[in-house]
Amino acid sequence: MPQRSHQNGGGAKVTIVGMTGDEAVAYAVKQSRVDVVAAYPITPQTIMVERFSRYVADGEVQTEYVCVESEHSAMSACVGASLTGARVFTATSSQGLALMHEMLYIASGLRCPIVMGVANRALSAPINIHGDHSDMMASRDCGWVQIYVENAQEAYDWTILAFKIAEDRDVQLPVSVNLDGFILSHSMEGVDVLEDMTVNQFLQARKPLFTLDPDKPITVGALCMPDYYFEFKRQQVEAMRNVSRVLDTVNKEYGRITGRNYGVLETFGMEDAEAAILCLGSTAGTARNVAHKLREHGKKVGVIKLWLYRPFPAEDVIAASKHLKALAVLDRAVSFGAPYGALCSDVVSALHTLQERPQVFNIVYGLGGRDIEPSDIEFVLEEALKTAETGVVKEPVTFLGVRE
Amino acid sequence: MGAVLLEPGSSLKYKTGDWRAFKPIVDEQKCVNCLLCWIYCPDSAIVRKEKWIEVNYDYCKGCGICAKECPKEAIKMVEEQK
Repeated sequence: MPQRSHQNGGGAKVTIVGMTGDEAVAYAVKQSRVDVVAAYPITPQTIMVERFSRYVADGEVQTEYVCVESEHSAMSACVGASLTGARVFTATSSQGLALMHEMLYIASGLRCPIVMGVANRALSAPINIHGDHSDMMASRDCGWVQIYVENAQEAYDWTILAFKIAEDRDVQLPVSVNLDGFILSHSMEGVDVLEDMTVNQFLQARKPLFTLDPDKPITVGALCMPDYYFEFKRQQVEAMRNVSRVLDTVNKEYGRITGRNYGVLETFGMEDAEAAILCLGSTAGTARNVAHKLREHGKKVGVIKLWLYRPFPAEDVIAASKHLKALAVLDRAVSFGAPYGALCSDVVSALHTLQERPQVFNIVYGLGGRDIEPSDIEFVLEEALKTAETGVVKEPVTFLGVRE
Repeated sequence: MGAVLLEPGSSLKYKTGDWRAFKPIVDEQKCVNCLLCWIYCPDSAIVRKEKWIEVNYDYCKGCGICAKECPKEAIKMVEEQK
C-alpha cells in the first residue's frame, strides 16, 4: 500500500495509507488489539474480515478468529466471547445484519461492548448489494450505539473511538460503525493512520465489570420475569443517555492526539443558514460541496451531519437547527407506513417541543445504491430555501430521483 | 447490570410465588394429614407438619390442584388482595 509519513495537527506521528473504507476499519481493528473476531462474509463488508483474516494468518495480531456458519452464529460467538472479558469485533451488511437481529438485542441486553463494522446495504427483496441504510435503520431500536461515517478516514477513527466508548464504565454497550456500502466500503482514499503505540496508549486494555470464568462462576442470560425485567431495560436507557457525555470526553482526548475533532454531529455554514440539509454518512460530503457553492452565491444554506444516530442527539440537533427556517432531512431508507423516514421522524420529534421551529420536510433518496448527485442536493437546498421563504412545506415526503 | 447473577445457587432466593391469583387456605380442623396435596403439588409447595399441612407461599403459584384433590375439602382457594 502506498504511504508517507508526517506529523499531524495533534503532534502524533501519522502515515498516510491508501485504503478503502473496509480496509480502514480492518486496520483500526488490528491496532485496537482485538481478542476475538467472529464473522461471516457478506458484500460489501467482506473486505473488512477478509483483510483482518490476513492479519491473523500472517501473525500480525494475536486474535482468535472464529469462522462461523452464519451471522446469527457470528453475533452469538461474539456475545459469548465478550462476556469472558474479551475485546470483540465483527462486521456485516444487509441480510447478515437482519439474520443477526435477535442476537443484537442479546448483545445490548447483556451489556457486551462489541464493536461491529456495518457496510450499509439495501435489504432484499429484490436482492441488491448496493448501499442504503435500510439494514441498520431496521435495527435502530436494538440498543446499539450507532455511528455513521462520511469517509475512510472517519471509518478508521470511529472504529478506534467505538471501542473506547463501548467499553466505558458508564456505557458498556455495543457500538456499530456504519459506512455506506461501496461508496465508502470499496472506494480508496488516503487515510491518516496512527502508530500502533499511539493507539495502544489511547485505547487501554478492556476492564470488564464481570467475566465468565470457570473458577468463579456467574450466570448470564438467566430468565428474568416481570418483577425485574423492566429495571434492566431502564438501566440500558440510562447507559444510552451516558453515551453523549462519554463520546465527548473520548473525542476530546482523541482530538488532542490526532488533531481530528469529532463529536455527535458536524455542521457547515450553520452560523447564518436559513435553510439546511440534515443527513448521515457519505452524502454529507456532497451536501457540503453544494452548500459551499450556493453560499458563494449568497444563499444562506447549511449542512448538519450526524455522526451519532443512536442515541439520537436530540439536544444537539435542536441547538444546531432551531434558528433555521427550513430543514430538509435526508433518509436513505424507507420506513414503510410511517409518516417520515426514520431519521426525519426523530428530527421532527426532537423539534416538536420548540415554540419556534424550522419547517421540516423529508427527502427519501438513494435506495438500493442509487446515486445522489450534486444537482439532486442543489434541488433539495433550493426547495428548502423556497420553504424558508414561504414558511409552507409543499411536500412532506419526496422520493428523490425515482421514476414514479 | 446485564441481568448477571454473580454467585451460584441464587435461584433459592428467587421467590416465584408472587404472581398467584388465588391463594390456598388450609383449614386445620378439617385436615387429616393424608398428604394427597403434598403428593399432587407440582411445585413442592406443601410443607409437612405433625398434625396438618402448611403452604409455602413463597413458591405456591395458586394452581388449586391441592384444593381439588383434598378429600376433606380442607383447602379453599381465596382470591389474592393487592
